Amino acid sequence: MHMADALLSPVVGGVMWAASAGTLVYCSKKITSAMDELKTPLMGVLGAFIFAAQMINFTIPGTGSSGHLGGGMILAILLGPNAAFLVMASILTVQALFFADGGLLALGCNMFNLGVFPCFIAYPLIYKTILGDSGDYKRITAASILSVITALQLGSLGVVMETSLSGITELPLSSFAFVMQPIHLAIGLIEGIVTAVVIQFIIKVEPDILNNYNLTAPSRHRSRKPLFISLLVVTLFTGGFLSWYASSNPDGLEWSITKVTGQEELHVVKNNRVHSFLSQIQEKIAFLPEYGFKNSGAEETAENRRTGTAISGILGGIITIALVFLAGFFLKKRTHTETS
Amino acid sequence: MAKIDSAFFDINSLEVFARQGTPIHTIDPRAKAVTTFFFIITVVSFDKYEISGLLPFLVYPVLLAVIGNIPSDYLIKKIILVAPFAFFIGILNPFFDRAPMLDLGFMTISGGWISFLSILLRFILTVSAALILIATSGFREVCLALEKLKSPRIFSIQLLFLYRYLFVLINEARRLIRARQLRSFNGRGMGLTVAGSMIGHLLVRTLNRARRIHLAMMCRGFDGEIRILRTLRFTMRDACFILGWILIFLFLRFNNLPRMMGTLFTGHFS
Repeated sequence: MHMADALLSPVVGGVMWAASAGTLVYCSKKITSAMDELKTPLMGVLGAFIFAAQMINFTIPGTGSSGHLGGGMILAILLGPNAAFLVMASILTVQALFFADGGLLALGCNMFNLGVFPCFIAYPLIYKTILGDSGDYKRITAASILSVITALQLGSLGVVMETSLSGITELPLSSFAFVMQPIHLAIGLIEGIVTAVVIQFIIKVEPDILNNYNLTAPSRHRSRKPLFISLLVVTLFTGGFLSWYASSNPDGLEWSITKVTGQEELHVVKNNRVHSFLSQIQEKIAFLPEYGFKNSGAEETAENRRTGTAISGILGGIITIALVFLAGFFLKKRTHTETS
Repeated sequence: MAKIDSAFFDINSLEVFARQGTPIHTIDPRAKAVTTFFFIITVVSFDKYEISGLLPFLVYPVLLAVIGNIPSDYLIKKIILVAPFAFFIGILNPFFDRAPMLDLGFMTISGGWISFLSILLRFILTVSAALILIATSGFREVCLALEKLKSPRIFSIQLLFLYRYLFVLINEARRLIRARQLRSFNGRGMGLTVAGSMIGHLLVRTLNRARRIHLAMMCRGFDGEIRILRTLRFTMRDACFILGWILIFLFLRFNNLPRMMGTLFTGHFS
């Protein structure tokens, strides 16, 4: 469920980048100040461990398919939220760079969806609360399953929100959520069970690991600052832009609403409203505003003119691709003859 | 698993590509990182129905891949491997957006198909740009660049560590998996409990390894501060690289080159 660059608008991508980068800087500061030297290798090796652990798959009873560990919650349990977020962020960076899983711009979204939600919401609010001070197996199972499910639900909701706010896809928010949430409920259930099994195994084999390696000191009042800071950044950005737009241009909004309510389906209407609203905001704040072609397109409404521009657009497109690849081909030939 | 396995073999080939000496490889990774980022933002800033305007942007990945001597079949394979998410979300566009958008005279194309094509194009552009960044720089250099670009130090150290031990732990996991497969008949022992204790064992081994690494580091005088040898030098050439590409991207962003060419041709022939 990694978010992809292709589905993002610069505004959404930028806001999520700012939020995740802020959290990252905060966590780094927090860890560096509370650092004992063992942590440096430990965090790095644990990051690599998650990659390796994902290779160990198992058959899911009754379905015949197989699953594997996700890892966010295990990291939070082993390392505490701050270090876990940092490790998760590094894993996502490697995935984005090497496997092109997600993208560079989408990295902010992915860090938020897969890092902030498990580390700063699901772990402290659900896992810690359910587990309390006891090391009871049943409680561990319940706490793992519930916290992983919550983290994944929030994460997939994040993907849904980011996608529909970007407005690149036409997918209505409700139906997208209707597909994503149940799938991630199932995934969360399985991942929660694996997490519980692994944690129970560790308790059986080396119980001191869980106590010794939790990088944040086991204090009663755990700081939720990073969460609030990143949420604040997101709210400020979106809220600021939205209100600025709404106050300066109220009739534009009304116009777009009345325009879209004239159309057929209700959920599409809802979606369009969000889209037109956001795209207008984006036009306002994008540092690369639309030039020339949009204007000319709006003026020339006559059918034949549109057909004309469409065809010239397609023809020009084909020529461009041909030129680019021809250039590449000749360059390649030249470098080959040079080297050989 | 086969997929993950082959993906990790691909890391090796990426590193092999990164150890070449082409003009692209010698450019400072910071310059490439900044340019790549600017490229991606410019590409995604287009209107969702844009296709023709995006096409000229192919020039960046194609040129870099060719000069940087990155095999195109490798890039294409990688791009197809990760395409499913963007593809399956994008393919729904034609179903929701049926408003006619393009009239070719003999057939009409709906807005949904156009935006779907646009998503695919964005996907190819952004993914190939990021892959080429690594394939022409190497992971270590990109980490150094990140650190120089003021990302938190501990984060770049974390990345370097993660990357260094990735291969070690993957081989460890591979041995565990092979051992299980050899002892499993009719799918016995492939279930959750065995997998859970395997992961647990892997974790215990990992932690022991972390302890040994820590000891080794202490023996060599580690004091909690990791010093990275900085070998980056930012030259005039790198600045020209950034500036040149940004100017090209801006030009292509505001001028629809294919449409201009197309009008030129249709103007002549009609």
